[in-house]
Amino acid sequence: MIWETITLAFVAIIRNKLRSFLTVLGVVIGVAAVIAMVTIGQGSSAQVSASVESLGTNVLSVRPGRFRMGPPTGGGGAQAARFAIKDAEAIALLPAVAFAAPIVTTSQTVVAGNANSATTVYGTTAAYLQVQNWPIALGRNFSDGEIAGGAASCLLGQTVAEEVFGGSDPVGAAVRIKTLSCQVIGVLADRGAGSFGQDQDDLILMPIKTVQRRLAGNTDVDSISIALRKSASSADGIDQVSALLRERRRIAIGEEDNFSVTDMAEISSVLTGINSVLTGLLSSVAAVSLLVGGIGIMNIMLVSVTERTREIGIRLAVGASAGQVLMQFLVEAVVLSLLGGVLGIAVGLGLAFVGSIFMSIPFAPSPAIVALAFCFSALVGVVFGYFPARRAALLDPIEALRYQ
Amino acid sequence: MEAPLIQFNAVARVYGQGEAEVRALDGVSLTIAAGEFVAIMGPSGSGKSTAMNIIGCLDRPTSGEYLFQGVPVQGLTADQRALLRRHALGFVFQGFNLLARSTALENVELPLIYKGMSRAQRGPIAMAALAKVGLGGREHHDPSQLSGGQQQRVAIARALAGSPQLILADEPTGNLDSQRSHEIMLLLQGLNRNEGMTIVMVTHEEDIAAYAGRKMVFTDGHLSEDKRQVARSSEGAA
Ligand SMILES: Nc1ncnc2c1ncn2[C@@H]1O[C@H](COP(=O)(O)OP(=O)(O)O)[C@@H](O)[C@H]1O
Ligand SMILES: [Mg+2]
Repeated sequence: MIWETITLAFVAIIRNKLRSFLTVLGVVIGVAAVIAMVTIGQGSSAQVSASVESLGTNVLSVRPGRFRMGPPTGGGGAQAARFAIKDAEAIALLPAVAFAAPIVTTSQTVVAGNANSATTVYGTTAAYLQVQNWPIALGRNFSDGEIAGGAASCLLGQTVAEEVFGGSDPVGAAVRIKTLSCQVIGVLADRGAGSFGQDQDDLILMPIKTVQRRLAGNTDVDSISIALRKSASSADGIDQVSALLRERRRIAIGEEDNFSVTDMAEISSVLTGINSVLTGLLSSVAAVSLLVGGIGIMNIMLVSVTERTREIGIRLAVGASAGQVLMQFLVEAVVLSLLGGVLGIAVGLGLAFVGSIFMSIPFAPSPAIVALAFCFSALVGVVFGYFPARRAALLDPIEALRYQ
Repeated sequence: MEAPLIQFNAVARVYGQGEAEVRALDGVSLTIAAGEFVAIMGPSGSGKSTAMNIIGCLDRPTSGEYLFQGVPVQGLTADQRALLRRHALGFVFQGFNLLARSTALENVELPLIYKGMSRAQRGPIAMAALAKVGLGGREHHDPSQLSGGQQQRVAIARALAGSPQLILADEPTGNLDSQRSHEIMLLLQGLNRNEGMTIVMVTHEEDIAAYAGRKMVFTDGHLSEDKRQVARSSEGAA
């Protein structure tokens, strides 16, 4: 009997192909949106974890102010005293620390010949590439002399190298930033997209003194990136760095830090958190579209019940019970919305796949979400199919048989 | 003594209330035994269809008592009446009432589906029923590809496929020409005589009613005439 009912539902749906398709479009869009959203969300979470891992778990970041990966709280991030290059040099000497690189960044336009590119200039030291564990593709790293003397030399990220020099080898060529003419000494290896899909290769590295003197006009350091020794724990590192900085910044006992030390685990969890908030928000938008899809199914099922009044009368006359008629229309609604769900899952996974290629994040389909979407679309069918099916089941057989 | 197949005790069916009240049946008592072939006649609006609907358990009396095989139908739930229709009754309508876009075979299988038979069980039974009404070889035609007479034969095959005790036919020849009408009547008469199937039929035409062994006449919701007759047994005899 149940097979007959399901077959019957398919026959009825196939008979009105176009109408059935338009009916389930709402469910298709809703399910596709949920699936695409969640799949891309999970892909970018995986990306965050992977990029955090590639940095190494033993990396710390130090910033002025009590910065907590969010709006600055008391102690004011912007107002707190900046670091100096000497601070980084002192940190580098701590027993737990392997490398420490001071960093200052500024947005600039790079020009070479008649090509130019808007990018971020990082003023730092040779240690930066060691902290980041970032190899050089062409050329060489900064020499100690270049760093100490503030030489006009630079390393290009892949994106900048391509935008400004096309395919040709930029090593030895000159680029101009404002009035500063700068010799290219190397090109960094390709790094791809970062945690938010931002392009990590869109940057230029220069000796920090060069940036301070020629581009920023001050001696500030924005932050210090630190790589700990393999043997040192993250907690040891944070303790040593904090103690040193409190001393250097003359913070009295009992007074709060006017700087913050974060490790990658913390950054990672904040990024994943933002990610899941976004995913949740977008998913609730998708849920609304599922609701609209369900109402669409209800509407068409009501039309279908009216159109098939005489058929219902015939079935009741030959001995169908009200329950069997109810079942027939309920199954039809569920099959309809399940077809929408399956179509939506396919479309959603397709979108997520294409999206993950464009955003260069891993394609991470989740069987749990696919199963959930499938069950949810069945539920939509049951909930929104029940009312029309009940109306069919409660028809008076005599009236139904007389219906034109 | 065995209970009669159909027994009405002062059955009334009233539509509407107050001013608009219509007494479609007004205290009808009658008894029909298993194996009879009854023709119901009477002017339009006299309550024939109302009586058929009540006999067919599609409707219930407003007052009075209807016993089917001794069982009071007014005491049954909707589901129990559906079961009775499924197992004991077959309907033939004036307008055929076949499912469009379904083949003759699918139409005849319909009541068997609700009897819970598998596809393999239904097929041969439905084929045999179609053969019995002379439609062997037309199993896969849609109603739209069949003539009126052939459609009514499909409907009769559907009614008898479930081997019911009673076939109810409300003006089965109302939409057919005289030649087809007589063919359908011979078919019904054959089912009554050879298979012992009880048939209750409504008709407006005397020469159609002549095929039955008993004639009832309804007037204004009353049973005004009820007499046995010698059934006409071939097209030419009347
Ligand atoms: N559903 C209904 N509502 C109101 N009146 C009805 C209904 N069905 C039948 N009637 C009335 O009951 C009377 C008997 O109808 P019916 O049994 O159909 O007559 P017929 O003998 O022509 O088959 C008629 O007056 C008809 O108008
Ligand atoms: Mg009538």
